[in-house]
Amino acid sequence: MTKLRKIAIATTTAATFFAGTAMAGNAPGVTDTEIMIGNTTAYSGPASVYGTIAKSISACWDWVNETGGINGRKIKWVSLDDAYSPPKTKEQIRKLVEREKVAFTFQTLGTPTNSAVHKYMNKKKVPHLFVATGATKWGQPKTFPWTMGWQPNYQTVGAIFGNYILQNYPNGKVAVMYQNDDYGKDYVIGMKRAMGDKYAMQVVKEETYEVTDPTIDSQIVSLKNSGADVFVNISIPKFAAQAIKKMYAIGWKPAHLLNDVAASISSTYKPAGIEKAKGIISVDFYKDPNDPEWKDDPDTNAWRAWMDKYYPGGDKANKMNAYGYAVCHTMMAVLKNAGDDLSRENIMKQAASLHEVAIPMLLPGMYADTSPTDFYPLEQMQMTRFDGTRSVRFGPLISAETE
Amino acid sequence: MEYFLQQTLSGLANGAIYACVALAVVMIYQAIDHFNFAQGEMAMFSTFIAWQMMQWGMPFWLVFPVCVVISFAGGVVIERVIFGPIHNAPVLSHVIVFIALFSIFNSLAGFIWEFTIKPFPSPFPEKDVLGTNLIAMHELGMIGITLVMLVMIYLFFRFTPIGLAMRAAAANPVSARLVGISVKWMLSLGWGLAAAIGAVAGMLIAPMVYLEPNMMLGILLYGFAGAVVGGLTSPGGAVAGGFLVGVAENLAGAYVIGSELKLTFALVLIVGVLLLRPAGLFGRVVVNRV
Amino acid sequence: MVADVNTSSAGRRAIPENPANNLAIAGIRLPVWNKILIAILLVVAVIAPFFLEDFDVFQMTYALVFAMAILGLNLLTGFNGQFSLGHSAFFGIGAYTTAMMMAHWEVAFYWTIIPAGIVCLVAGFLFGLPALRLEGLYLALATFALATAMPQILKYHAWEDLTGGVQGLDLDKPESPFPDTLSDDQYLYFIVLVVAIILFICAWNLVRGRTGRAMIAIRDNPIAAQTMGVNNAVYKSLTFGVSALYTGIAGSMSAIIIQFVAPDSFTFLLAVTFLVGLVVGGVASIPGAIFGGFFVLLIPNISEAVADMTGRTDAKGLSWAVYGLFLIITVYVMPSGAAGLVRLLVGKLARRG
Repeated sequence: MTKLRKIAIATTTAATFFAGTAMAGNAPGVTDTEIMIGNTTAYSGPASVYGTIAKSISACWDWVNETGGINGRKIKWVSLDDAYSPPKTKEQIRKLVEREKVAFTFQTLGTPTNSAVHKYMNKKKVPHLFVATGATKWGQPKTFPWTMGWQPNYQTVGAIFGNYILQNYPNGKVAVMYQNDDYGKDYVIGMKRAMGDKYAMQVVKEETYEVTDPTIDSQIVSLKNSGADVFVNISIPKFAAQAIKKMYAIGWKPAHLLNDVAASISSTYKPAGIEKAKGIISVDFYKDPNDPEWKDDPDTNAWRAWMDKYYPGGDKANKMNAYGYAVCHTMMAVLKNAGDDLSRENIMKQAASLHEVAIPMLLPGMYADTSPTDFYPLEQMQMTRFDGTRSVRFGPLISAETE
Repeated sequence: MEYFLQQTLSGLANGAIYACVALAVVMIYQAIDHFNFAQGEMAMFSTFIAWQMMQWGMPFWLVFPVCVVISFAGGVVIERVIFGPIHNAPVLSHVIVFIALFSIFNSLAGFIWEFTIKPFPSPFPEKDVLGTNLIAMHELGMIGITLVMLVMIYLFFRFTPIGLAMRAAAANPVSARLVGISVKWMLSLGWGLAAAIGAVAGMLIAPMVYLEPNMMLGILLYGFAGAVVGGLTSPGGAVAGGFLVGVAENLAGAYVIGSELKLTFALVLIVGVLLLRPAGLFGRVVVNRV
Repeated sequence: MVADVNTSSAGRRAIPENPANNLAIAGIRLPVWNKILIAILLVVAVIAPFFLEDFDVFQMTYALVFAMAILGLNLLTGFNGQFSLGHSAFFGIGAYTTAMMMAHWEVAFYWTIIPAGIVCLVAGFLFGLPALRLEGLYLALATFALATAMPQILKYHAWEDLTGGVQGLDLDKPESPFPDTLSDDQYLYFIVLVVAIILFICAWNLVRGRTGRAMIAIRDNPIAAQTMGVNNAVYKSLTFGVSALYTGIAGSMSAIIIQFVAPDSFTFLLAVTFLVGLVVGGVASIPGAIFGGFFVLLIPNISEAVADMTGRTDAKGLSWAVYGLFLIITVYVMPSGAAGLVRLLVGKLARRG
């Protein structure tokens, strides 16, 4: 009761402030000196491994602010923890939009969590930019004109794997393992799209795992038993490393197609044992800073120097810090293009008109590109084969268009 | 047949994980008559301490006992400092403190060591056992260590004065106090032992599942399941229960329900065993006198 | 022994304190006080939303939802001595019932609340039947397993068409029928408030009546209760059902407020949240549930703000350590929950007066 009263007193004063929020001119949260950007991510809970992305973005804004800001405005980054729980995301996003009055949100993490605020953001007409998930549903400019993804979507990767199998193993027997959630299932949808009827004919065994499973040994044993000679492995680094180790231990040596999420030397191959990971085929769209390939790459060196200065506590072996850096540069490009017109409409318009913008840490030749009808900024990927020390890129840049 | 054998053996390997945890669960149950929901997180934290010491260059066989001792001391301190002042609070308040410890350890581990997975070295060589690749050396070693721990616990409770005093304190605190046993210290000792066993479990599990702050989240349920299936009053039963759960889960996953409902299987198993034999397969049936 | 949640753990032979009795005594001693307090609380509850931002109204609404769920758990744990770590499952079933009815059959949200409650009543009763044989820790374990398995069951592929599988279900927000006077958030708030008041009054009557006395008797001494002619089996499984009904209705309301359900929303951590609210508010205290509801909603946010005060980006994850400290301090300051503290203070005041 006292609590209620306290809230009441505290916010009657706030309510008088609230009276006028006209939509004229710049978005809320934008002043002559500052742009306030909101974010929710998992600093705790089952997906906390991704929390470092938002931390590296925060470091990126520190750097931007120290070097004069964007068009004279500094960035205020308000990042809240949602523990990967959709109701909590809803609460935190409403807090950001209604209480903190951010101009827009950026890199909010997760599919179920973003789904919980998808309609809300579009109804409120707040840009819901570059969400940190590869689900396909973030690129629907007609129904959800305020939401945009960033990374190549999971279905695209699934389709790339499907096509690769059709071309290289037309008679191969395929085993698939995926995480039992939206992320895992989206890959399978992509594979099915690419393979059509051949999916049912070639896939001899499907297995799933839960994030809470202690090990996936049993799944690997049963996949081996299916007699498959191609293994499509859709798992996060922890389980990918377990799978690589177990496959080696029981002597199962199929062609191993590993999803981009786990294609990392430091988080997957090294923990599994580098020699066991030899020959793994994957796809990627940005540089793994731990790969000797990029040892003297000026772009990666710039990233390293930036990490040292602005995110010294961050792990330079962790690929996700490069991800955060790259997506932050995409956001910077949008804000630069928006110039002094920082209305929500214009921010969204600029986000939807990136023309082959070069982004650091992407693989050579890749760029961000959007249009009012194309809400998928990154669509190119390249296949890689791990040769025991580095992930060697092969084949052309694949740009799978999504409908 | 080979498939069956492989699933069974990989079930046994998983079972070793559950057995270790189940043993720690039973230990703390014996000492405080309750579950400690923070137990998994405490084990995880101990394992991180061991990992950190190895990062500093200490060899495994030095780190192992040091970590066990640190964990033991940590367990005693937690009991003394945190639970000491609220001995007389209702049991549910204790549960809240377990939850508090859970979030503190999980959060601190993530803060200090980040959430990326870390490989944890196995003390056992990586080579084929008896010319077969059906079971890894580490898994075999883990089963061995679990059994050794079990024997040690049995001997401790059966033959040492402290062990007997602990049992007395747990079974009948009032009488124990009357014969001069410090029930308070016995509680602390129980916490210490449970934390030490947890540390051993953590260090054995980590090489298989990789070290990260959420490592124990899923394992704890299976550890509880093992303890319940075997019987909460029997350390031996808990170990057997752990293995049983591991094998049953794998075989059910492979032949009956598929991997999509593994957790649900654990649920059915727990409820089923509790219904048919509430004291567990190997537990004593406790008769309450009125 | 452990089933008896009011027993202190160290002195295992301690006489169970009975908060319900104390409360009744306090009630008799200070009936006017209580009535005035309730009246003020109600007036504040009705007036407050008109002075608050929509976001605050939303938070209050959600705190009330938590309060209802905690009340449900309290009926089971506090009044009947059955320990549950699985109420997130019933919360989830309630939410999914509402979501499925709204998404697939386009039923108006207010018609889904009662069915959600009934589905949970049945689910709770059925789970309560085997639970009859389980006591204390064993029941805690079985319900813990239920909570852990629930997300997996919700996304199982066989009923994917109904539940939306891993994607969950998206709902449309109920709109206020009087947009000029009531915003959507205020409208939902009042709906939830009315439901909450009804549930609280029912709970109040339930525990003070014959049924409640039977429930409490079973908690305090099951064998004595049985000898006095209480049918333990029926009362225990019914209590389980009613408790699930309360939590299920809370879940149904949460689906309406969040407008989205997904398996990830109903994890074991939610069950822990209810338990924290229950203990912090006060075991076997009906008004305590309201305090508990606000506590579990606000304290994590306050913890986050405290962790943020360090000004370090990498201190972000520490908010749960801060939360843990808050919990420990709370248990130290009020070992019997807020209700216990209030009783203590009221008792002291009364003695002085």
